[in-house]
Amino acid sequence: MLLARQKRKQRLTMLVLAILLIVTFIVGIGTGSSALGFARLFPTLLGDGSFKESFTLFEVRLPRIIVTLLAGMALALSGSILQSVTRNDLADPGIIGIHSGAGIGVALFYLYVPAQLLSLTFLLPLAAFGGAVITAIIIYIFSYERGVGLQPIRLVLIGVGFSMALSGIMIFIFSAVDPFKVEFITKWMSGNIWGADWPYIWALLPWLLILIPFTLYKSNRLNILTMSEPTAIGLGISLNRERITLMLTAVALAASAVSVAGSVAFIGLMAPHIAKAIVGPRHQLFMPVSLLLGGLLLVIADLLSRLLFQPTSLPAGIMVALIGAPYFVYLLMKKI
Amino acid sequence: MKRTWLQAIPFALQLVFAACLTIVVFLIAITFGAAETTLSDVYHALFTSVSNEKITMLEEIRIPRAVAAMLVGAALAIAGAIMQGTTKNPLADPGLLGLSAGANLALAISIVLLPSISTFTTVWVCFIGAGISVLLVIGIGSAKRGGFSPLRIVLAGAAITAFLSAITEGIGLHFQITKRVSMWTSGGLIGTTWSQISMITPFIMVGIIVALFYSRSLTLLSLDEEAATGLGQNVTKVKIILFTVVVILAGSSVALVGNMAFIGLMIPHIVRAVVGNDYRYVLPMSIFIGSTFMVLADLLGRIVTAPYETPAAAIVAIMGLPFFLLIVRKGGRKF
Repeated sequence: MLLARQKRKQRLTMLVLAILLIVTFIVGIGTGSSALGFARLFPTLLGDGSFKESFTLFEVRLPRIIVTLLAGMALALSGSILQSVTRNDLADPGIIGIHSGAGIGVALFYLYVPAQLLSLTFLLPLAAFGGAVITAIIIYIFSYERGVGLQPIRLVLIGVGFSMALSGIMIFIFSAVDPFKVEFITKWMSGNIWGADWPYIWALLPWLLILIPFTLYKSNRLNILTMSEPTAIGLGISLNRERITLMLTAVALAASAVSVAGSVAFIGLMAPHIAKAIVGPRHQLFMPVSLLLGGLLLVIADLLSRLLFQPTSLPAGIMVALIGAPYFVYLLMKKI
Repeated sequence: MKRTWLQAIPFALQLVFAACLTIVVFLIAITFGAAETTLSDVYHALFTSVSNEKITMLEEIRIPRAVAAMLVGAALAIAGAIMQGTTKNPLADPGLLGLSAGANLALAISIVLLPSISTFTTVWVCFIGAGISVLLVIGIGSAKRGGFSPLRIVLAGAAITAFLSAITEGIGLHFQITKRVSMWTSGGLIGTTWSQISMITPFIMVGIIVALFYSRSLTLLSLDEEAATGLGQNVTKVKIILFTVVVILAGSSVALVGNMAFIGLMIPHIVRAVVGNDYRYVLPMSIFIGSTFMVLADLLGRIVTAPYETPAAAIVAIMGLPFFLLIVRKGGRKF
């Protein structure tokens, strides 16, 4: 009974979110600094626009909004997984230092690997993944205590420490290179959606196409992992193996998003929480909602930062932090 | 409390040794650098009025820089020790708790509103920013019953830092003053002048002296607030004074060199391992160890990536992580 009602509620939420997403999407591709209004949107979309119009639409606005959407989804899903695996409501890939790790990967790759542009695009998520995985492994090792298991609270603390130290390392790497490249990476670090071009979408998409279904498939395992460790073991879960696979999935999702969209924190924190508040804690139900919410939030943040601060346009990450940090504080006061 | 062999050495001897160490490190730091200088140049720069090109360079570039490093190191170490004592939180640190972010934000706002701002006003602006963020973090950290938990206060600090630095970055990008702001925040000790130092030294000195004056009360506070009240302490008054000192010390450090995390975390822990938990000993020792450490970090930053320079903040952040991990792992039990 209860489940059926929740399922109905979830369908309704999904529907509302999908409609909102479509509306935001249309608003997003219909507004901007160059002249392509709503009136010309559909003709251009159907291939009936002037060169300038179709260039604006297909080469500038559409790729940007798609990258933003995909990145938001990946971050939201990554946050959902991390919160469940670490049994910690405050886990977010940005806060626990995974973004900084990915940032180091990208920075090193960008600075020291001479490559042609195209191959660079496809390798970028991999570089980010490399940096992020190393960071995640170290954080995991440090927050694991023999005989007690994973310490969720310690994980977040250690993550905060790591993200500080990693930004130190980042400055260290910067200090010995060309200022122009540094500017690019600084912007990247504050969450500038810079990979707004089709190749970046193709670089990001495969990761999502594999990892999203995989995570949804693991929903039941995630349900069990959120219970206490003895319960999970009693139910026949190979605790460490499941945790490590899922953590890797979360890290891969975050890293791929970060590699094109820059270091956007707090989406992975907010989206799952809001989703859980609406449809309850079952992963089968809340993860799809969280996915859509994450995409929606980041698209809106990007749109707002473009509209409110014309002509400079702020990195979307700043916008998200402005909303996300107070939310984090709210959770902090409520939960711990 | 078991005493280690280090703690068995009389305090006066420890202090003299630390002071010598500071002087030696100071001399090393001003002797080494991109331009070749000898100890005799250093001698002339410090004690005589002889002057040539190298000596002028020492007097105008390296010595102010090293002096600034010492001041900041001492100020942050004391600020960290006070925060750790008053909040009974082994993880307290002015950088981790968002003070620097608040000072940065105030700085960015002041650059927008008053483009021709003087160093002196900047210091006050930084105080205000640091003060506001301290109130925010402490407020959030203690909003719930049970008071300060180390976890809550660090996370509140992280969130406030994220929030305030997002605003700072936003202001920087929107008004296109990122470069001016980041010259303050990540420029570190590069290009410190005597006039800046003379502006900020009084603040740091007053802060340190007040802190030393209240070190006995701080020890009592760090043990047990009820006991402190029972022993005739006006706990609220002492706390307010000590937090004001923290704000002054951290604010003036930011005004001088920008962001600097972890140093206020590390130094008091090192010091406690040597002199024990009594803040009457911890605070004076922190001055020397903090300034030594900072001068060393700056020296390293100048050497490792020569001919470029790495900001000392980066070096400190990297060196601070192991400490942070150690403290988190111990769970502050030995505190």
